[in-house]
Amino acid sequence: MGRLVAGIGSSHVPSIGRAFDQNQQEVPEWKPLFDGYKPAKAWLKDVGITHTVVLYNDHGTDFFFDKYPTFALGVADEYPIGDEGWGVRPLPPVKGDAAFSWHLANSLVVESEFDLTICQDMVMDHGILVPLPLLFDHKPDWSVRTVPLQVNVLQHPLPTPHRLWKLGQALRTAVESYPDDVRVVVVGTGGLSHQLHGDRFGHMNSDWDNEFLDRIEDDPESLVDISHDEYMERGGAEAVEMMVWLGMRGALTPKVNKIHRNYYLPMLSGMGLTVLEDKPANDAN
Amino acid sequence: MSRETGHSDHIPGTCVFTGQRSQKGLKLNSFAFSLHKAENREAYRKDPETYMNSYGLSAWEKQKVKEKDWKALIEEGGGNIYMLLKVGAMTGDGLVPIGAQQRGESVEEFMKTRNVPLRQNM
Ligand SMILES: [Fe+2]
Repeated sequence: MGRLVAGIGSSHVPSIGRAFDQNQQEVPEWKPLFDGYKPAKAWLKDVGITHTVVLYNDHGTDFFFDKYPTFALGVADEYPIGDEGWGVRPLPPVKGDAAFSWHLANSLVVESEFDLTICQDMVMDHGILVPLPLLFDHKPDWSVRTVPLQVNVLQHPLPTPHRLWKLGQALRTAVESYPDDVRVVVVGTGGLSHQLHGDRFGHMNSDWDNEFLDRIEDDPESLVDISHDEYMERGGAEAVEMMVWLGMRGALTPKVNKIHRNYYLPMLSGMGLTVLEDKPANDAN
Repeated sequence: MSRETGHSDHIPGTCVFTGQRSQKGLKLNSFAFSLHKAENREAYRKDPETYMNSYGLSAWEKQKVKEKDWKALIEEGGGNIYMLLKVGAMTGDGLVPIGAQQRGESVEEFMKTRNVPLRQNM
């Protein structure tokens, strides 16, 4: 039976990917960020994760506004690394699991009535590629199979935080009805505070970031009723993507074990990480 | 709610990327998006004018792209920042120069406002 083991919220700031590829892990400006992922990666290995479902957003790598899905689920066995305009990063193609993905598609679309766009061909964006190698081994190949779930956070109207929460709940149902023994972590990526355009370029808000990190752990449903405008006012326009974390948190039990958290605010974006262990009521601990 | 922009536009210094703005900037953003392919970058580099014409860009849009007037492209042209970043990549203009211009600052001035400078953002 499928088991939902944990949830992770992570930023996906592109410069992290560049620093990673340039081996900047020990450089003082980057060390606080990369060190923050080490306990997360070690813990994920310990708990034997086999699959990850990543809720993320594309940034013009694969999807364009001519036809823009609100939610798009990947159902391939392999996903190529995207070229975002600067060339392709040196990472192996992301390993998928078509059988597991189709199961999720059936459950989400039919059982939970989420009208997803189903993608047999999907090119990976920094929304996935920044956090993935920080959380899992990728040499010589990925140590996990990934199911990408792309969310529109670029072109308004966007799905609501409430809808993401519901999607998370539906994901849990879908994972738990899979007959094989997969051990799944759901990852939500994006944020934290940042704004990349206008006079307000460079806006950051560490108070809001830390409040969000607290609430995603202990009081996540209080984040569901916050409007897009309020997410943008507090975190910056592009930080509306923080709501994608609710898709991760909605998949977990109301109470969770807090495994790890990291926060770093260097230059343009709040960089956050949270690792939460699912805590079913029948568990001894 | 403004009928033209699709948003109340009450957040200072912010152009929320609404359907209305996306409609206005469709050709511009389509051109910018196309630069995720290496062969398109090559074609654009060789002959920018012809390449932009093939995406149906207006004289104003072509002018603003040439001038690297990111502020106008976003505020007036319906440009999307994530798409425009691919145009910036062609000339080595990363997020910081693009952002500093929108704030009306030089890169040096902008960098003074930051906690930790990261050159991977440049
Ligand atoms: Fe993003």
